[in-house]
Amino acid sequence: MQQIPVSLWTLLAGIVVTVLSIWVGQNHSLLPIQASQQAPLVDGFFNVMLSIATALFLVVEGTIVIFLVKYRHRPGDDTDGVHVEGNLPLEVFWTAVPSIIVLCLGIYSVDVFNRMGGFEVGSHPHMPHSPAHVAQMPGSAIAATLSDASLDESEIPSPAPIPKIGIGATPTELGKPADLVVNVTGMQFAWLFDYPESGVNTGELHVPVGADVLLNISATDVIHSFWVPQFRLKQDAIPGIPTQLRFVATKPGTYPVVCTELCGGYHGSMRAQVVVDTPQEFESWLSENRIAQQQDMQKAVASNPADLSTSEFLAPHAQQMGVTTATLAQIQK
Amino acid sequence: MTQVELPRNTPPEDNRSGNQTVVQKHPKAWKWYDYFTFNTDHKVIGLQYLVTAFVFYLIGGLMAVVMRAELATPDADLIDPNLYNAFMTNHGTIMIFLWIVPSAIGGFGNYLVPLMIGARDMAFPKLNAIAFWLNPPAGLLLAASFIFGGSQSGWTAYPPLSLVTANTAQSLWILAIVLVGTSSILGSLNFVITIWKMKVPSMKWDQLPLFCWAIMATSVLALLSTPVLAAGLVLLLFDINFGTSFFKPDAGGNVVIYQHLFWFYSHPAVYLMILPIFGIMSEVIPVHARKSIFGYKAIAYSSLAICVVGLFVWVHHMFTSGTPGWMRMFFTISTLIVAVPTGVKIFGWVATLWGGKIRFTTAMLFALGLLSMFVMGGLSGVTMGTAPFDMHVHDTYYVVGHFHYVLFGGSVFGIYSGIYHWFPKMTGRMVNETLGRIHFILTFIGTNLTFLPMHELGLQGMPRRVAMYDPQFVSLNQICTIGAYVLAVSVIPFTINILWSWVAGAKAGDNPWNALTLEWTTSSPPLIENWEELPVVTHGPYDYGLNHSLEVQPSAATQVGA
Repeated sequence: MQQIPVSLWTLLAGIVVTVLSIWVGQNHSLLPIQASQQAPLVDGFFNVMLSIATALFLVVEGTIVIFLVKYRHRPGDDTDGVHVEGNLPLEVFWTAVPSIIVLCLGIYSVDVFNRMGGFEVGSHPHMPHSPAHVAQMPGSAIAATLSDASLDESEIPSPAPIPKIGIGATPTELGKPADLVVNVTGMQFAWLFDYPESGVNTGELHVPVGADVLLNISATDVIHSFWVPQFRLKQDAIPGIPTQLRFVATKPGTYPVVCTELCGGYHGSMRAQVVVDTPQEFESWLSENRIAQQQDMQKAVASNPADLSTSEFLAPHAQQMGVTTATLAQIQK
Repeated sequence: MTQVELPRNTPPEDNRSGNQTVVQKHPKAWKWYDYFTFNTDHKVIGLQYLVTAFVFYLIGGLMAVVMRAELATPDADLIDPNLYNAFMTNHGTIMIFLWIVPSAIGGFGNYLVPLMIGARDMAFPKLNAIAFWLNPPAGLLLAASFIFGGSQSGWTAYPPLSLVTANTAQSLWILAIVLVGTSSILGSLNFVITIWKMKVPSMKWDQLPLFCWAIMATSVLALLSTPVLAAGLVLLLFDINFGTSFFKPDAGGNVVIYQHLFWFYSHPAVYLMILPIFGIMSEVIPVHARKSIFGYKAIAYSSLAICVVGLFVWVHHMFTSGTPGWMRMFFTISTLIVAVPTGVKIFGWVATLWGGKIRFTTAMLFALGLLSMFVMGGLSGVTMGTAPFDMHVHDTYYVVGHFHYVLFGGSVFGIYSGIYHWFPKMTGRMVNETLGRIHFILTFIGTNLTFLPMHELGLQGMPRRVAMYDPQFVSLNQICTIGAYVLAVSVIPFTINILWSWVAGAKAGDNPWNALTLEWTTSSPPLIENWEELPVVTHGPYDYGLNHSLEVQPSAATQVGA
């Protein structure tokens, strides 16, 4: 290596590689749009890693190609290459540089993770009850809060039971209750969204833009995983272990909710939607659903299904689906 | 049938004294049918591993082709989604446990380690044969599981899914994995003892070929981690069949503990699949570049460093699972550290090319292909090793793209490279280089076509392990599918080449590549018990460019007795 002079060419190549790598890191279109407060953090981190990776890729692959051309075997030459067993300064250099890079990436990732809300109080290593929470997992959510309170009274009081695994409050929201709490349940092969404060149950998640939303995630049968690519957030829904995602949606629109943990034959079709509404839209959606579901509730209370015949029982449901009694009779024939 | 005539397996001390008396009574060469029996010769076992593993590779590959055909369209229209999951599960299982691990460790390890250290066989030849013969029943169990629908819970077999899906097939799957795990433990023990105790006295530790260092690191890793997987799987088997509830959440079990037990083995398993391949790289590159390996000690120690650090990174598979924040950060940092010893190896190989006289043989082409693609797999691995970014890409096609760059662009290319490099030694015949080049070009194009678009698919939002997907991803998926077809076709010239060359290839001679490691000092194929008289090590394994008279070694070692 020491025989290659540090010429103008290497300097030029260095500049080109640097400029190109930074450009690639900023101008790739590999990621979907950003729709949560965490998304720009993740993307910023990815862009830095992509720039570094591009630079390393170009340097290593470029070196390989240059060496392959320059040191190819010429016909008739049966001698060996020069005998070099190593070069300590060079080896120290290429051990130290990646070490520094991964150290910096490690520190950067801790910082990003903190700003995303990964270190919410309770999931910090100094808090003794965070691993304990994993251990006592079959306990109900209420039992978990009780034991938490007895273990650590200095914890900032919170109105709702907060699972400690997942993404919690960002440092700016720390200690404040979330604006909206939604209970998310995964099951083969659907997502259910339950709004405990308004009694609404849906198969489509609606959140107002700009609101601090807390999803309490659970699963009834097997492990699922809740992912919204546009939010850059993912958390497994684990039977027996409550988990959470807390985020602020920043861009109105409709985004997919994808299950990313293999959950059976129709895992690929376990998709739902998250609709990020304006606050007004969200309120009207919420009140519409509240009214609709209250009516359902009254019906359910008024009639005992066991006392009804099959067609009597099915009639209101069929009506809801837009099926008339005539078509129903036709199908039953 | 021929067990009565099996060669004695003598400890190294007895070899030298024994030789003087038994030199004229060397056993005859093996007949073709000996390769189908319980044979304790390490070379027979090595070939048995390689050929059996290749058959499984073809089976696992066919499953992949069916899956890619299914994914050519967004709907699940070709096969039943449950069958798709069975193919997906068994593709992964077969490729890992019945192709890469047995061919890289069992095949090359068994064939080469005794030859490279100047031993007549492995330390425990019968144990060695038992270890191999655990593999075919494991394959049969997996095949039988398809009668019951096939195991469908992925190669990770996470409960509760694995507890509620295709119970009989899942149980057979567990038994198969426990069998190959046992095989791996027996084999590893054998390697550690063999390398530790049986190298010729004239070989110093810093003259041990790097492949043997790699096998040593691999074996230690397998010994430490495999029992943990076996424990986890046996508990799972109990949950399925005997009513225990280790992993049943509704009966007090914990599903995350299974994930810890599983990944404590299965992350090191990644290194089990790549460390022997790194060893192959360190052998092939110096020979065909006619250069001494750059930084022998750095490459040897980095194998051991990967072995140690590799034991402490498993939770990076669980960043989105039941993993508290501090643990996510701890394992982010330990994962990033693995990049350093891996980088040391890559840079060492690149530097080995410098100043060489590079011969573009097929073996070298595959090694160079590995070098170029492993860089890609390593860099994407660093990005995924960080918890904040892994929150986005975990369990997506980005992961599928990454690990296929490492395991196909890495391990499979390394196995191909090793086969082309040592084929003359194993069979006494040369491979056809033209067919080899066609094989390389098809494989290289196919690999990149199949696995590069997967990175973008994952980043954009396509989860892995799905039989149906959002139609917006259809065009990239079709590129992947075409790539998979190219890969399927690429196996044809290889298979023809191997079969034809084995029968009718040009005679190879003892040392066709003018290499300096000990396996080239014996005849091709080597005698039973490897040498009439054990070779004496007079120079390092990679001392190219020092004008070592290459003819001295072969004549000293083989011609004397023959």
